[in-house]
Amino acid sequence: MLSRTADNLYWIARYMERAETAARLLEVGARISLLPTVGGYRNDWDSLLRASGNATGYAAKYGAPAQAQIESYLFFDRDNPNSVASCLTSARESGRIVRTALTTQVWDALNTAFQELRQIESARGVQELSRLTDWVMRHTAMVRGAIDATLLRNDGYNFLNLGYYLERGDSTARLMDVKYYVLLPRADYVGSGLDNDQWSMLLRAMSAHRAFHWAYGGEITSAKIADFLILNPQCPRSLITCVAGMNNHIGRLAKHYGQTTPAQAAAARMLSELERLTADAIFDEGLHEFLSRFIRETAGLGGVIHDSYLSGDMH
Amino acid sequence: MTTYFNEMFQDGRVRAPYAGLEGWTNDMPADRRLAKQAEAEALFRRIGITFAVYGEGGDPDRLIPFDMFPRVFTGAEWARLEKGIKQRARALNAFLVDVYGRGEIVRAGLIPARLVYQNEAYEQAVSGFTPPKGVYSHIVGVDIVRTGPTDFYVLEDNCRTPSGVSYMLESREMMMRMFPDLFRENRIEPVDNYPEKLRRTLASVAPLKCEKDPTVVILTPGHFNSAYYEHSFLADLMGVELVEGQDLFVDGAFVYMRTTQGPKRVDVIYRRIDDAFIDPLCFRPDSMLGVPGLMDVYRSGGVSICSAPGAGVADDKAVYTYVPEMVRFYLGEEPILKNVPTWKCAQNDDLKYVTENLAELVVKEVHGSGGYGMLVGPKSTKAEIEEFRARIMADPSNYIAQPTLALSTTPTFVEEGIAPRHVDLRPYCLVGERIELVPGGLTRVALREGSLVVNSSQGGGVKDTWVLAE
Repeated sequence: MLSRTADNLYWIARYMERAETAARLLEVGARISLLPTVGGYRNDWDSLLRASGNATGYAAKYGAPAQAQIESYLFFDRDNPNSVASCLTSARESGRIVRTALTTQVWDALNTAFQELRQIESARGVQELSRLTDWVMRHTAMVRGAIDATLLRNDGYNFLNLGYYLERGDSTARLMDVKYYVLLPRADYVGSGLDNDQWSMLLRAMSAHRAFHWAYGGEITSAKIADFLILNPQCPRSLITCVAGMNNHIGRLAKHYGQTTPAQAAAARMLSELERLTADAIFDEGLHEFLSRFIRETAGLGGVIHDSYLSGDMH
Repeated sequence: MTTYFNEMFQDGRVRAPYAGLEGWTNDMPADRRLAKQAEAEALFRRIGITFAVYGEGGDPDRLIPFDMFPRVFTGAEWARLEKGIKQRARALNAFLVDVYGRGEIVRAGLIPARLVYQNEAYEQAVSGFTPPKGVYSHIVGVDIVRTGPTDFYVLEDNCRTPSGVSYMLESREMMMRMFPDLFRENRIEPVDNYPEKLRRTLASVAPLKCEKDPTVVILTPGHFNSAYYEHSFLADLMGVELVEGQDLFVDGAFVYMRTTQGPKRVDVIYRRIDDAFIDPLCFRPDSMLGVPGLMDVYRSGGVSICSAPGAGVADDKAVYTYVPEMVRFYLGEEPILKNVPTWKCAQNDDLKYVTENLAELVVKEVHGSGGYGMLVGPKSTKAEIEEFRARIMADPSNYIAQPTLALSTTPTFVEEGIAPRHVDLRPYCLVGERIELVPGGLTRVALREGSLVVNSSQGGGVKDTWVLAE
């Protein structure tokens, strides 16, 4: 497979997952802003921007956070490369470039999302935020479903999945980090009723609210949440699920090509560390510190994958 | 008043090839037709078969209008066309081998040396080099118009990289999907084996140094190109990689593509970029689309390039007038397809005639394409004619003129129902070890009433083209 093709497949997945993350962030933000204030919604939206890595870009364009502008920045703004509109457009453009590596169904799903996006853009401001986020989830799920149902299980499929898992792990870590930023002003809220409300909202935003109760039951505690979203391989968005997914697909590539690269070792290393970790150890390190380190290491793995497969250099 | 040949109705009766369509149209109420038309448009948009027009702004994903009324040829009509097209393709390739070799046709005084060797499209860089199997133009697109039951004229030849074949294939796909009954009731020759034939043609001209099953790729300028859809469509159907210049590199005597498993050798490049951009070391140094060093590999037999660099000298509008001579000179045959009489403004007598009869003529730029830079005399205002006259006088050798042909019409769906509209035809002749032609082609239709310009950039659409099995 052409390196450029693999690169585009990998980025289709990353952009689609990133669009979904932007939508989830919007949902968390909207729900947090409906709660009795912890210093007003202003701070909450601000923390959301910071956690998602969008704070600098937003501040440069708009200055102080305001809900309507943040919504527009995260959903519609083409100047923001992480907005839903930017991501869906980039994913479709990458899809157009590698049209031959996709099935009709996958292309159709990508293209339909893009065509509908254009309609939504032209009727901007009419739709409620919750409808928009639902719309994003629906289309990202359709693309994902088309990939799973119709695509050949070849190297391209592995590159797509690598993109998905890498981006998803990064996004789970960032969404959890929102929590850190929200609570930053008042550490003594930890363990209070308010604290639990916020955790439960986070679960909702990851569509994991019910799953969590099935898996753990009883009170929502930060330890259980950390265990669920970081260490539980049953949770589809947990960090360990994502790293195991990357490890699996990188392993399949090595098998497919009959050749290993530094990417295999890097993924295996990340997975074995997570497998040995406990929730207590994470809180000892500090949740925010742990998540920041995870985000850094994921980016590092992305770099190794790029050098090994996507740059087209000899190896 | 000019009368136009209507391909379906003649003297109030339906001509034989269209007999199978008479009932079909009579049975189609307006609302069903509109519903079908909308369905077709939605399908085209969903599969992404769009084209962009350079420099016009607007929607970058514009759809080419598709007319559901097919254009039909009998087997006998087609057999004659096929012979004529293949004959022309052979002569054009013989001409190219000749002018990059000994130049016999010039020595024989049949074509002015200036026209060949000072032609913009003549590539000094391949002089003395004969490509594998002696083929320069592997896909010859011959633009044909019809003026009567047996009168066919060639408007121009496209020896470089004629586009539009994806519309031929998709139009057929669309018709079979929407009107399966028509295909049950009429015996229509299939065209869907074109990509396989194209792949075989390209593989058959692999370079001598290629010892294994040749690796074929399509080289595209990239996804911003207006014909990108076609490039990826053909790559997909042929099962070959679609590469950009950045995916290829030269190492020693060969060309390689960058893959996830390291470099892989490439044997045949079907390029959809112009000569000038192929190799920045040989042609335009500012080209970002090509591959540095590619021409050296090509000339030493390490890779084949289709169409071969330099093929453009055979499809220049001034060289066009000599094609019938080529047929006689190289093949010893009489041309089966006629050329349109052409006046070359470079010659004084012709220029005089042209400027005196502008209102009757079609005037084109020698190197123009896409229906731009042309004057259709009978359809133009006095002011437009005078403006064009000034342009011709400023640079006469840049223009040729032809009589305004009475292009045939076929029934076409228009807002008010069905009405005759003018059409042309572009079949795609494949030249490799063998010469092949799928029974069909791209029929372009001028959708504006009375218009004779079929180019998609000027309000033209496409139709499915049927050849009936004998």
